[in-house]
Amino acid sequence: MKEYEIVIGLEVHIELATNSKIFCSCSAKFGGEQNEHVCPACCGMPGMLPVVNRHVVDLGMTAGMMLGCHINRTTTFDKKSYYYPDLPGSYQTTQWFAPVAVNGTVKIKTSKGEKDIRIKQIHMEEDAGKLVHDDWTDTTLVDFNRTSVPLIEIVSQPDLSSAEEVVAYLERLRSLLRFAKVSECRMEQGSMRCDVNLSVRPVGQKEYGVRTEMKNMNSISAIERAIAYEAARHIDAIENGTEELVQETRRWDDIKGMSFAMRNKETAGDYRYFPDPNVMPVVIDDAWYESIESSLPEFPEKKRERYITELGLGEYDAEFLTESRAFCDAFEEAYAECGLAKEAANWLITNCMNLLNRKQMTADMLKINGRALGVLIKLVSDGTVSHANAKKILEVMFDEDIDPKKYAEENGYIVSNDTGKIEEVVKTIIAANPKSVADYKNGKEKALMAIFGQCMRELKGNCDPNVLRELILKNI
Amino acid sequence: MKYLLTEQASTAGKSVVFDDMILTKDLPTTAGSKMLEGYMSLFDAEVVTRLNAAGYTTVGKANVGEMCVDVLGESSAFGASTDENGKLVGASAALVAKGDATVAIGLDAGGTPRRAAALGGCVCVKPTYGTVSRFGTVSIACSGETVTVTAKTVADAREALAAIAGHDEKDGTSLAEEKCALVAQAPVKASRVAIAKSITESADAEMRAKVASVRAALEKNGITVEEIDDTLLQKAGTAWGILMSAELCNNVSRYDGVKYGYRTKNYKTIDELYTNSRTEAFGKLLKTVILYGSETLSTENYMKVYDKALRMRRVIAERFAEIFESFDAVLMPVASRTVFCPKCVAKYTLAYDEQLYTAPASITGLPAVALDGVQLVGKAFEENKLYYLAEIVEKEAK
Repeated sequence: MKEYEIVIGLEVHIELATNSKIFCSCSAKFGGEQNEHVCPACCGMPGMLPVVNRHVVDLGMTAGMMLGCHINRTTTFDKKSYYYPDLPGSYQTTQWFAPVAVNGTVKIKTSKGEKDIRIKQIHMEEDAGKLVHDDWTDTTLVDFNRTSVPLIEIVSQPDLSSAEEVVAYLERLRSLLRFAKVSECRMEQGSMRCDVNLSVRPVGQKEYGVRTEMKNMNSISAIERAIAYEAARHIDAIENGTEELVQETRRWDDIKGMSFAMRNKETAGDYRYFPDPNVMPVVIDDAWYESIESSLPEFPEKKRERYITELGLGEYDAEFLTESRAFCDAFEEAYAECGLAKEAANWLITNCMNLLNRKQMTADMLKINGRALGVLIKLVSDGTVSHANAKKILEVMFDEDIDPKKYAEENGYIVSNDTGKIEEVVKTIIAANPKSVADYKNGKEKALMAIFGQCMRELKGNCDPNVLRELILKNI
Repeated sequence: MKYLLTEQASTAGKSVVFDDMILTKDLPTTAGSKMLEGYMSLFDAEVVTRLNAAGYTTVGKANVGEMCVDVLGESSAFGASTDENGKLVGASAALVAKGDATVAIGLDAGGTPRRAAALGGCVCVKPTYGTVSRFGTVSIACSGETVTVTAKTVADAREALAAIAGHDEKDGTSLAEEKCALVAQAPVKASRVAIAKSITESADAEMRAKVASVRAALEKNGITVEEIDDTLLQKAGTAWGILMSAELCNNVSRYDGVKYGYRTKNYKTIDELYTNSRTEAFGKLLKTVILYGSETLSTENYMKVYDKALRMRRVIAERFAEIFESFDAVLMPVASRTVFCPKCVAKYTLAYDEQLYTAPASITGLPAVALDGVQLVGKAFEENKLYYLAEIVEKEAK
């Protein structure tokens, strides 16, 4: 058998993190009751005209800049016509002639080293609705909630040659776009979707083989399986003549582990693209361009490097923090406030992560005020608030934007340095627990802990443990 | 045939009749099509809101040809509107002429409102593109369609236009308020008018006589009138025919029998639902336009046909700009003849042929005032000069 190489290009659809849809003011949120987020515009009723949501263009530009693209300063929208019940206007507004961004590069790392994947273009468009089949009545119903939710489509050149590279590329895209707050890129919610264009050719051959496009992979692992299957199918067809390869769109069935040709009607056809006369060309002037450029985040690996070399974090901590933009933001804010990098990292990685886990939230959902966290860390480090009480305050900070110092004062969480007062408490507890005192004097070390614990409770934890210990020993 | 499809209020004070292309939430909107028979909009068009707020009571909705792309309403699913002599009339213009409404509001892409007014004893003002909101109008050809005002006099039309012109954030092509405010200004003296020579010569004798009498009226009032070479302007009909058909094909693709409007009883698959609903609900002329539009946008024809038409649009606009360096307006007939009977519009290509007259202003979005069989096409935002000239024609015709 000849040796074959796989040639893959990807079309990645990403739902943008906007509040409203691309051409109307309906909510773009995932979920909701069926047909809850709809209006006459996104239902394709006559008389409604599209008005571009400028934030969509902001995010389109941001994605373009993050992926090293050239930004088209005049970008236009076009209509793509096809009939399908989930497309209420029977056309999709997309970008065909002048997409927002072109000619970029994404660097990926695999076991074989680094590689540049070229980006052909990024265009903005509206999503379609969703068809829901009701088996009971054997009818198909349409949910328009997703109709006109803004998307970008990132089209790569056919530069990928293995499932490993595809995975690395997708993870890189996800990391960059999450960092830039373009999208949450959740494959399971459909906010990141990927079509795989694949062909194979004998190593050394210049011409591309017959290309197929696969849709409907809902996870990274499904993409890996689909690529392995499809490449094997192509090679089998060439080597053994098992079937004739045709250029077509195929649907991946992850349960069966096979791809199937889609009905011709769903895929074939002339989309009759033409400029949408209702959407004026969007002109990106210097001020707009620069405002987006200056808002771009530092790339995650740059941050990681800086956290290690400049702030003295360990590799693990730096890696952990830079997996999420929310953690980086909170960390940097907290550090700016307290100047204690390691403590700030610790509080986030240990205490905040525990709380997130307990609430079954992911790192990206962290919404803590980083400055306030810095204040809290400072309160602990200078002994104003005990570590145990600080953790209680942190829990409140998770839900409310409070001033930790004020909260500590109001709720009696301030460590007292008044030894006279502490000693008074110690004396009372000792007097009330003659048995524990006797046990201790008879050599039971544990009895001291009981007295210590009672004193600490009485003092609401607001006391330096070493001071307390000394005072107990002195009075016992 | 009744001119009104639906009636509403009494006609005390200023009143308005809306072509059935304009969405009203209290009255059905059909766009002259069986596809939308009984369709109730959830909202009023911006022009409806503005006119009602300005004190115009709604008389009702007037019959129009299907999607308003025919010659004079002959393709309406509810029957053509004719007068007592059996000649075709634009329903809303006829109502204004009879005095049943102060003004009529239409949507001009294929020239119907201008034709109806100028052949039906009324005045139609088609203002500069982008100065009146198209929000709530049944889209025909969005790149050139404009809301029009038809009235008995230039002054009445201008008064209603003042009420509806203005920026609307619900329409992405709506211009800034200060631009919109220019279109309803008081008449300003104009002195030079060009006659589109070949376009005029291609009309019938009666229509040519109309142009001649308007010319005489203008000259009598000290206006210089000269014939000009209109070779490029003659191309507008073909170019706009292409753009309009393509855009219309796309705009009516939403009427698929799935969400609202007519749905066939005869279907098993989704494809049959689409095909049979549209086959049964659309009329012959509209189907012709859809097929033509669809062809012009195909991958094979896009560059050869559609893209060329887009380029022609620019060439024609440049030719107009050149003309306006020496003239205040271009005078041309509004149609090939002064009378259309149901028989003579049977030829479905006539709606395209008539574009020769109305397309120059449609494809460029330039303002036009149509009356007495003719139209005056002016420079963008210089409606005031057109009003001056039209009022001369109005005065002399009496």
